[in-house]
Amino acid sequence: MALLAIRNLRTRFATDRGTVRAVDGVSFDLAEGEVLGLVGESGSGKSVTALSVMRLVPEPPGQVTADSMSFDGIDLLRLSEAQAREVRGASMAMVFQDPMRSLNPVLSIGRQLVEVLQRHQKLDRPAARRRAIELLEMVGIPLAEKRLAAYPHQFSGGMRQRVMIAIALSCNPRLLIADEATTALDVTIQAQIVDLVKRLTRERGTSVIWISHDLGVVANLCDRVNVMYAGRIVESAPIRDLFHRPSHGYTLGLLGSTPRIDGPALRRLSPIEGLPPNLIDPLPLCPFLPRCRVSVAACRERAPERRDLGREHWASCFAELNQRTP
Amino acid sequence: MTALLQVDDLRVHFGPAGAPGTVKAVDGISFSVERGRTLGLVGESGCGKSTTGYAILQLVRPTTGRVLYGGTDLCRADATALRRLRRKLQIIFQDAHASLNPRMPIGDLVGEALDIHGLYKGRARAGRIHELLDLVGLAGHLIERYPHELSGGQAQRVAICRALAVEPELIVCDEPVSALDVSIQAQIVNLLQDLQERLGLTYIFISHDLSVVRHMSDQVAVMYLGKIVEMAGKNEIYAAPAHPYTKALMSAIPVPDPDSEAQRQRVILAGDLPNPANPPSGCRFRTRCPIAIEACAATDPPPHDISTSHWAKCIRLAEGR
Repeated sequence: MALLAIRNLRTRFATDRGTVRAVDGVSFDLAEGEVLGLVGESGSGKSVTALSVMRLVPEPPGQVTADSMSFDGIDLLRLSEAQAREVRGASMAMVFQDPMRSLNPVLSIGRQLVEVLQRHQKLDRPAARRRAIELLEMVGIPLAEKRLAAYPHQFSGGMRQRVMIAIALSCNPRLLIADEATTALDVTIQAQIVDLVKRLTRERGTSVIWISHDLGVVANLCDRVNVMYAGRIVESAPIRDLFHRPSHGYTLGLLGSTPRIDGPALRRLSPIEGLPPNLIDPLPLCPFLPRCRVSVAACRERAPERRDLGREHWASCFAELNQRTP
Repeated sequence: MTALLQVDDLRVHFGPAGAPGTVKAVDGISFSVERGRTLGLVGESGCGKSTTGYAILQLVRPTTGRVLYGGTDLCRADATALRRLRRKLQIIFQDAHASLNPRMPIGDLVGEALDIHGLYKGRARAGRIHELLDLVGLAGHLIERYPHELSGGQAQRVAICRALAVEPELIVCDEPVSALDVSIQAQIVNLLQDLQERLGLTYIFISHDLSVVRHMSDQVAVMYLGKIVEMAGKNEIYAAPAHPYTKALMSAIPVPDPDSEAQRQRVILAGDLPNPANPPSGCRFRTRCPIAIEACAATDPPPHDISTSHWAKCIRLAEGR
């Protein structure tokens, strides 16, 4: 059974100019121990999907609805604010892009870790302190015991992100959501963090939702990928299928835009021209149509339906792309 | 072919000279760039790549060293001479929105660059602004818009447009695409390449992203804690990186292909960058280097030639490693 099951999630925000459909009918399952990638550009709804799952969307101005959204047998849609707070931290945790904004600058690292452990794990102070040291060691902070007294500004960006991960893991969550968690870090530090996340899923069976626009990291880390565009999932595939048989015009565009360190040096990238779509008055057609290079006649007549491509791979796209060789 | 820009033993130190705690952000680097070519400067945060870019344009004054541009040493040029020379030397920053005055419409932002250097006066001005916007792929109606109304990619186009307005020869591009989404990043990368071809521009392209640098550059210099540790033509350095730091850096770049990802040997470097105010003795990379030996602590390694156009500073290369 899936740890997380989402059906037809819609998250909207009321603004002066109209209702923004940030997430517009998203459905997916996440299995125990699975690492799911959510990729797409800014404004595609990746983060809002994650925040909706965490029940962190402020309502109003937001409005989160779904046919169903369950996590570990809990109906996430019916949680009160207090109940949601118990679930967050204890069984699902989230790491954001900028650790400096998530950590309290005037409290020591130790205090912030111990606070979580006391609150959710009901440990007493000395036990919480011992556990905090263990956690910092686990995420690779040297001299962990001494570092408990340090403040966030005394840590480098990579170390702060490791502290955030330590806090997120402190209560052994079943689900870890990482929202562009390595985007602001240098590549050598990113490699350390990715390594750590892999170890966690292997050793503890933690499920992970990895939100990123970096297809390289996703290829390295994830088991399956949902590609998002304009608040919808436009393609979903096991990791190898996505890269070998990209089946949506947008996925193709993303791959063509990504410069690579391997393979022959290309003279030109093939960018996705134009700008992301307006989420207030979406087209009744495929939202990617105005920027698509592979559109066909049907794209201008009706909205594409989800097309099953076998092996748990589907895409909402009319174009018959010729990369369809396994 | 003669170099358009030549940098000799450039040093930028912050803090009182000789005192403990002086940060040697750039510590004795030399290179040259030929007209119409691109030099990629790569390295992680704090390696001194941006400071190098600023020091070339004298936006921070170098402590010692020379920056020769067409025979003039910019480090010795006075304010008036520099102002004149800056018409030929421009810069583009990572955060385009932060580099554009939020209270000026786009047309004025571009026009300001013309006014400062007394170019296209009177009736020619408006026409030139349209021509420039067109050159960077911005629609003419944006002329009356303000920076906050633009997307990140559009704002970066305006920043490029301002740099181009004064008809420069050399542009320092400091992480110009790092803050952009991949799809938009590719648009800007292609634009920079088109402009180079059409206008014969010379670029110093600063980035932490080795994939983008590979795409943009002819020559690549890898920096670590204020020094260039390896330098080579693009094809050589990506095919056969020699310095252990370059190797680690390259192996850390994820490739968008799950099969080759599964096979790649990744060198995971331990720890973070050392404190630049108190760098390790000898080779600065030795504290994180997987092949460091005792001798690495003794001397600053001299460049070791791998070919006529490729060198790296590592004493272990002489052993044939």
